[in-house]
Amino acid sequence: MSAPLLETRALSVEIAGKAVCRDLDLSLEPGRCVGLLGGNGVGKTTLLHTLAGLRAPLSGHVLLDGVPLASQPRRRVAQRLGLLMQQPEDSLPATVLETALIGRHPHLDFWRWESHRDVAIARRALRNVGLEGLEQRVQTALSGGERRRLDIATVLVQDPQLFLLDEPAHQLDLQHQMALLGQIKGLAGNQGRAVLMSLHDINLAARFCDSVLMLFGGGEALFGASDGVLNAENLSRLYHTPVTVLPWQGGRVFVAGA
Amino acid sequence: MQRHPRLVIWLPALLLLTLLAFGVSLALGSTSLSLHQLWDALGGGGDVLSRTVVLDLRLPRSVSAFAVGGLLALAGTLMQVLLRNPLADPYILGVSGGAAVGALGAFLLGLAGIWVNGGAFLGALLSTLLVFALAHGRGGWTPTRLLLTGIAVAAGWGAVISLLLVLGSDASLHSMIFWLMGDFSYQSSGSLALVVLVLGLAGCWPFARQLNVLARGETLAEALGIAVRPLSIAIYVAASLFTAVAVTEAGAIGFVGLVVPHMFRMLAGGDHRRLLPGAVLLGGCLLMLADTLARTVAEPRQLPVGVVTAAMGVPLFLYLLNRARGPL
Repeated sequence: MSAPLLETRALSVEIAGKAVCRDLDLSLEPGRCVGLLGGNGVGKTTLLHTLAGLRAPLSGHVLLDGVPLASQPRRRVAQRLGLLMQQPEDSLPATVLETALIGRHPHLDFWRWESHRDVAIARRALRNVGLEGLEQRVQTALSGGERRRLDIATVLVQDPQLFLLDEPAHQLDLQHQMALLGQIKGLAGNQGRAVLMSLHDINLAARFCDSVLMLFGGGEALFGASDGVLNAENLSRLYHTPVTVLPWQGGRVFVAGA
Repeated sequence: MQRHPRLVIWLPALLLLTLLAFGVSLALGSTSLSLHQLWDALGGGGDVLSRTVVLDLRLPRSVSAFAVGGLLALAGTLMQVLLRNPLADPYILGVSGGAAVGALGAFLLGLAGIWVNGGAFLGALLSTLLVFALAHGRGGWTPTRLLLTGIAVAAGWGAVISLLLVLGSDASLHSMIFWLMGDFSYQSSGSLALVVLVLGLAGCWPFARQLNVLARGETLAEALGIAVRPLSIAIYVAASLFTAVAVTEAGAIGFVGLVVPHMFRMLAGGDHRRLLPGAVLLGGCLLMLADTLARTVAEPRQLPVGVVTAAMGVPLFLYLLNRARGPL
């Protein structure tokens, strides 16, 4: 097996005195597409931000390419690791194309402007998320789902090896959930990339993720292959509500309720 | 295909506008000159009167107005990125209030000239440091905290300004009110402000791409490899310095710093590599023309330039706002 892109060693993360995970040992090899599941407020975003190096863990280490994340220059980290945030924070207007081009920032030297090649990369990413023809639209004028696809396009433009995606399916309609998560899963299978994404839909996780990391709250975490870990017992405990697993066309569907 | 005009169109257009504005500003006044006379005087020829008027009286004032307009537009652009708030202007963190208290304090003591400028500069710096220290607080340094601290400190300065106005003698009151509305009639060469403007723009411009990223949000900027905290502190220091120099030069001229960045964004987009030089040129022209109007429209009386910037800027801005497609 090839060397992991991302590893955690005895990682403990806390937010506001609440444990997110304790002594977590995780390793994310190229080709993996991992789902991050857990209830509201359990710390999925906090964990993703810690893995991206945006906040310090309580203890333990995060290693990117085998080197502690904290000791690497931010720009180099941004070339290898891309984070899709849950919410956009911008309030100043920019066009859709300009917003997507921001993803090229870590790849450009200090004095360089975006080249035709960078613009072509951004246009291709916008096409891949179905925003073709909206390049010159102001980003604040987009609908929620279009905005989400623009943010996904921006991280595709960044073109990292490791994708940390905070609820990529949020606000997407069924068509785009299928199309974009399919693309994201495809990324993982392609050129040694890996994906870790938080999801709220168990069925999406079962369909697109080869393994799953569950956060139960109180620091308890469970990591394993989707087929094994996604069962009624674990999921009912995870969401504090009964979850039923039904066989369907050779696969399984997950339904809330007993 | 491009929503905004290209560099080769808007930059020469703005440079031409700047030249025109300089020409108008130098030619118009109590003795109006023809283009020919103006050209002669600038070349060191022509009659003594027009040479004195142009080179000794009008040129310094035009340069001063251009530099102040450019500084305010630059500071406004930076503040809008720093706070990621389209309503931010150079004075939003209380710089003008502190400067006003310093300047009015000097008037109240019967001082004039350099003392007023010195008082304004000291007041501006003091206010900057005060807001910075207070906003740091226990919880860290967020745009909202900075904004609220700035507004609170500005309100405090407002109370002190009112108090100074009440305490002032009738003789000093007139100068005080003119200072508060912005005024170029305290003659300075404008060269210091121009040097600060040129160096400031040259210093900020290389970071324009980082500003583009920061404008999209702090977390995203951090995730894209930008050292957000040092950059934010640098923006804060630079914008405060530019504002302090502008306020020292001409008093608190409103509206330019808030509106000019938006005007340029509506005309040519929000990329800071264009926005920074574009806003500087546009702000400089606007204020130079406003000052020309301020000293000619009600001759021999001179109006405070702040009155004219508002009178010119409000309808122009509202027109652009109305015309702009889609939400801002």
